[in-house]
Amino acid sequence: MTTQADDELWSAIADPSRRRVLDLLVGTGDVSASWLAGHVPFSRQAVSKHLVVLEQARLISRRKQGREVLYQIEADRLDQATKALADVAAQWDRRLVAIKRLAEASHAAQSHAAQKKKRKH
Amino acid sequence: MAGLVIEREVLIEAPVEVVWRIVTEPDQMSQWFADRVDLVVEPGAHGYMQFGDQGGPVVVETVDPPTRFSFHWNHPSGEEPVAGNSMLVEFTLTSEGDERTRLRVTESGHELRDWPDAEKQRYTDEHQEGWGEFLERLASVLEARQSS
Repeated sequence: MTTQADDELWSAIADPSRRRVLDLLVGTGDVSASWLAGHVPFSRQAVSKHLVVLEQARLISRRKQGREVLYQIEADRLDQATKALADVAAQWDRRLVAIKRLAEASHAAQSHAAQKKKRKH
Repeated sequence: MAGLVIEREVLIEAPVEVVWRIVTEPDQMSQWFADRVDLVVEPGAHGYMQFGDQGGPVVVETVDPPTRFSFHWNHPSGEEPVAGNSMLVEFTLTSEGDERTRLRVTESGHELRDWPDAEKQRYTDEHQEGWGEFLERLASVLEARQSS
């Protein structure tokens, strides 16, 4: 199981719409919510919601410029997300290898028992 | 599939029924997965998994022996898994002859299913890649930024 901070990161980035918002921010940097809303297939309201989640996960930050609020990515945190993904993938690999061992051992034991039974008859 | 986070697979030298048992029986799961598994393997069943001194709720989604098993997890205790608060883990077992099984696992966010179909299709068309490719691309962008 993951920690609270990881959970935030996970759910922040697991949503394809949020990935799309992040993607745009990586490509452009320093843009407003209205600009983002003009470049995605969902509402301005949805964009605002996604920005809140991304900011809570510290994947992006905001700054004020005049009347506008501009958003930008947090490079270190994104880097951390990349590593977290690699860790989770490695964890599944270990689990799959464990399943493989258990299944193959169980199958070998069953076949062995079946053969023994056959020989008795 | 868009929204895909992680996909891994392994080829196992055992019949699909044997692999199914290892993947879905709670006493077997505790050997490869969590330290303690309290789970009834039925669609909609609520369970709990303990990992060391941490643990969390699990909600079974699909049980389709011997080929598909899926559950939600990583949602906050006491809450139902809904869009945005949980991950979906899906096991797919494919028999490749009498003695061989391909086991695939995916772990993903499941928000996409709440989208209208037209939007889903558009998104899928535009974003063929999953999370892995997305982060790989991000990583290379970030690297380029840092070195410039």
